[in-house]
Amino acid sequence: MIDAIMSQDILMQWIIILPLLAIPGILLFHKAPNLREAATLIVGGLLLIAVIAFYQGFDAGEAPYVHWWELMPGLDIAFRAEPLGVLFSLVAGSLWLVTSIYAIGYMRGHGEANQTRFYCCFAIAISGVMGLAFADNLFTLFVFYEVLTLSTYPLVTHAGTDKARHGGRVYLSILLSTSILFFLFAIIGTWAEAGTLTFVQGGVFDTTTSKTVLSVLLVLFIFGIGKAAVMPFHRWLPAAMVAPTPVSALLHAVAVVKAGVFTILKVCVYIFGIDLLADLAITDWLLYLATAGVLLASLVAMRQDNLKKRLAYSTVGQLGYITIGALLATQAGVLGGALHIVAHAFGKITLFFCAGAIMVAAHKTEISDMRGLGKSMPITMIAFFVGSMSIIGLPPAAGMWSKWYLFMGTLEADQLAVMIILMISSLLNIAYLLPIPLRAFFDGERSVVTIRRDQIKEAPWPSLLALSITAIMTMVFFFWPQVFYGLAESLASIAGGTNG
Amino acid sequence: MIQHLPILQVIIPLLAAPICFILKEARLVRWFVLIANAMAFVISIMLLQQVNLHGTLVYSLGGWEAPIGIEYRIDELNAYLLILVTSISTITLMAAGKSLTKEIPESKITYFYIAYMLCLTGLLGIVATGDAFNVFVFLEISSLASYTMIAMGNDRRSLWASYQYLIMGTIGATFILIGIGLMYMMTGTLNLYDLAERLPEVEHTKTVFTAFAFFLVGVCLKLALFPLHLWLPNAYAYAPSIATVFLAATATKVAIYVLLRFIFSVYGFEFSFTHLPLTEILVSLGLLGVIAASIVAIYQTNVKRLFAYSSVSQIGYMILGIGVGTKTGLTATMLHLFNHALMKSAIFLALAGVVYRVGSVNIKAFAGLGRQMPWTMAAIVVGGLSLIGVPLTVGFVSKWYLVLALLESNMWPVAVLVLVGSLLAIAYIWRIVEVAYFKPALQNNQAYKEAPLAILIPAWIFVIANIYFGIDTSFTAGVSEKTAELLFGGVR
Repeated sequence: MIDAIMSQDILMQWIIILPLLAIPGILLFHKAPNLREAATLIVGGLLLIAVIAFYQGFDAGEAPYVHWWELMPGLDIAFRAEPLGVLFSLVAGSLWLVTSIYAIGYMRGHGEANQTRFYCCFAIAISGVMGLAFADNLFTLFVFYEVLTLSTYPLVTHAGTDKARHGGRVYLSILLSTSILFFLFAIIGTWAEAGTLTFVQGGVFDTTTSKTVLSVLLVLFIFGIGKAAVMPFHRWLPAAMVAPTPVSALLHAVAVVKAGVFTILKVCVYIFGIDLLADLAITDWLLYLATAGVLLASLVAMRQDNLKKRLAYSTVGQLGYITIGALLATQAGVLGGALHIVAHAFGKITLFFCAGAIMVAAHKTEISDMRGLGKSMPITMIAFFVGSMSIIGLPPAAGMWSKWYLFMGTLEADQLAVMIILMISSLLNIAYLLPIPLRAFFDGERSVVTIRRDQIKEAPWPSLLALSITAIMTMVFFFWPQVFYGLAESLASIAGGTNG
Repeated sequence: MIQHLPILQVIIPLLAAPICFILKEARLVRWFVLIANAMAFVISIMLLQQVNLHGTLVYSLGGWEAPIGIEYRIDELNAYLLILVTSISTITLMAAGKSLTKEIPESKITYFYIAYMLCLTGLLGIVATGDAFNVFVFLEISSLASYTMIAMGNDRRSLWASYQYLIMGTIGATFILIGIGLMYMMTGTLNLYDLAERLPEVEHTKTVFTAFAFFLVGVCLKLALFPLHLWLPNAYAYAPSIATVFLAATATKVAIYVLLRFIFSVYGFEFSFTHLPLTEILVSLGLLGVIAASIVAIYQTNVKRLFAYSSVSQIGYMILGIGVGTKTGLTATMLHLFNHALMKSAIFLALAGVVYRVGSVNIKAFAGLGRQMPWTMAAIVVGGLSLIGVPLTVGFVSKWYLVLALLESNMWPVAVLVLVGSLLAIAYIWRIVEVAYFKPALQNNQAYKEAPLAILIPAWIFVIANIYFGIDTSFTAGVSEKTAELLFGGVR
């Protein structure tokens, strides 16, 4: 329907700009919260329609390219649609609307201040994500990467307390330092070496490039893309948990962190090419490092009693899965990595929504206080259960598919050790996630804090609606993964690879 | 008329200074000075057009031909710098009226404007002239005028700062004079282009090396290259805000121009980089400046001083670019010359706004200003992001070229340290951001208003320029590349 009105080129630019259009509305109605939130919701709805229409056009075989301007000779701000970008835009576009609904319930229920600034920064961040998703070259991607970093800083420090300021400091210093010191360095290095930054099928480096240089660049990329939270540069993610829960949910489970692993996948597939990647000895070492990171993150997550902190470390671990998928340098690995972007997004956002709902309704942040909550907050806890299943990789949740292909990828690449550790990590996922809903339902009697059940109700209905939607979506994508599978598969076939 | 443009560029501000004295009335003087500045700006634009049309302009003062008379020579490099100096000085003056009333006693304002015009004359003269001795004369004019301006600050320490600068500046000027004198002794000419022709014949003599060394050290003192920067932090911190903006944005840039002119055009690349280890000297000092000055900046409590140290580190970047000794490196230096002027003008003008309202630039006084003076603080934040080198600001463009130049010359450890410099910039910028946006205001009963528009608008002109030239680099990068080529072509 939409392609009758506008071409794919224009639609792609609209997707990037549309979130920004919410800002005038938000500012205009800053004294009338209902109208202000309506602005966000309307634009969010439009964005969802746009990304779906764009996907349909893309699926029909159109691959639009838009060139905005040349910033410096050879360095363009340009956009091109490719499967991974479309997949990412679909995830972020659909979850923004849901998160906005959730945020209305949460921010009001929690009585947060400065909500206008909150919604504005949120819109800028989403616009940054869309620009990043469609970036045609590393330079454009880097620009939007930094936009995303800076626009989320006020969201992390939203509370304005000393704790928030400290969290913001860790957040910004790690993300900016890694991006300037390693990522930018790697980009300029790539430019000096290959003479181009455009994402090309099969990679940009020619065969004469020295292996040492390539290895150094790969290391710089993997660590420089701090948003992917590869250990030891993951500390910003737990620190960012001081933000209001909708921020943690959309940005620090979906948009920001997925922007990180998205970039890693892009670099591996379109800058290096997985054939070249498989040839580099350093890839294996990075792979082991990422694997160790997954295991460590899961172990640390088990020790956290603060629910959001535990989820944050769980995210660090799950991001590691996607990095592993990219570094396996096989088709199945790339496929699994791409799918895990989707699966983890829906699963983890559900978990965060639940954590926020518990905080608003029951004022509980520590897991040990949540025993027996299931009786008073059944929907929240059931949703939590579904989200956990997806993170662990059990049916009937979307996470099963991605983990399946990731395991296939480890087999293809002959990395048995990696597979075993991923298995162990999945077991650890069970150990640190499932007890929470189970104890909520079945362990009420032994609850440490006496909960007066009559006083605790479910969270405000918008929040409840949002977390139900994402929980249901998580299960829907188990039964009908075709859309995302199709995109991930075409990415994998673009990636090619001889051992795939 | 058109052929007299090169001298008009210098003579107009020079004549304007004594006229101010006659006008006396501060408000009158203010408008008069602004008009004179605007005229100088227009002339500089016309000069660039002329250069683009006809190539290098040669103007003989008083009709006396070159070896006997003084010659003014405008090529693309000069024209570019003239525009930089005049445009920034004009925009800065727009804010002067408001800002000075708070910082300088009414009776002294006229004198400040006179000093300002003389300083401008000196800077423009240095850039426009093609005569070595003339360079020295104008350097002294601008320096003496800036000592005066700095001494007018309302802090008692400004006298001391001015005195400190006077001593260091005079040593620098003396060194420059000795250098020029030795060159004259060996070649019998003071004209830069004759010098360039005759120096190769005697370039292996110890005297020429000595001349070069004296000149280099003298100029580096003037441009505050680490560790010869000691005069700069106090001078910037305690000068009246408008003087700080003007000096920070233009004076050091002009000194760098002199350095470039002598290294590349007069002595030539061969002499400077092959016969002398200039790469090693400039790269190591530049790098040391970047890192050391940034670290010191982090620990400053006076925000003007903080940004003064930041200037020292940014000068380090420019010197690094020269030190690389390639065209890309020189392009990076030329770009940063322009870009840094934009950043620091925006920041120091915003600080002028803070001084106007709050009366202090101590970091503690910034508590709560994020809410009370949102536009002023936003200007500082954008300027700061530009200093850090965030994409879509000018700082990113110059950093990109600099790192690229370093990588092309296989100096990747230096490139890493340059990026570390950016991280240190984050540290000192964010100290201000955190205080301004997260600390509650000191006295709750005293709410500061936004800075007056007369200061805010010029500041935001620079802020917008910071973003505009970070997005559309065709002008800055184009001119920088052309001038880098020009300098590499040399006169020989």
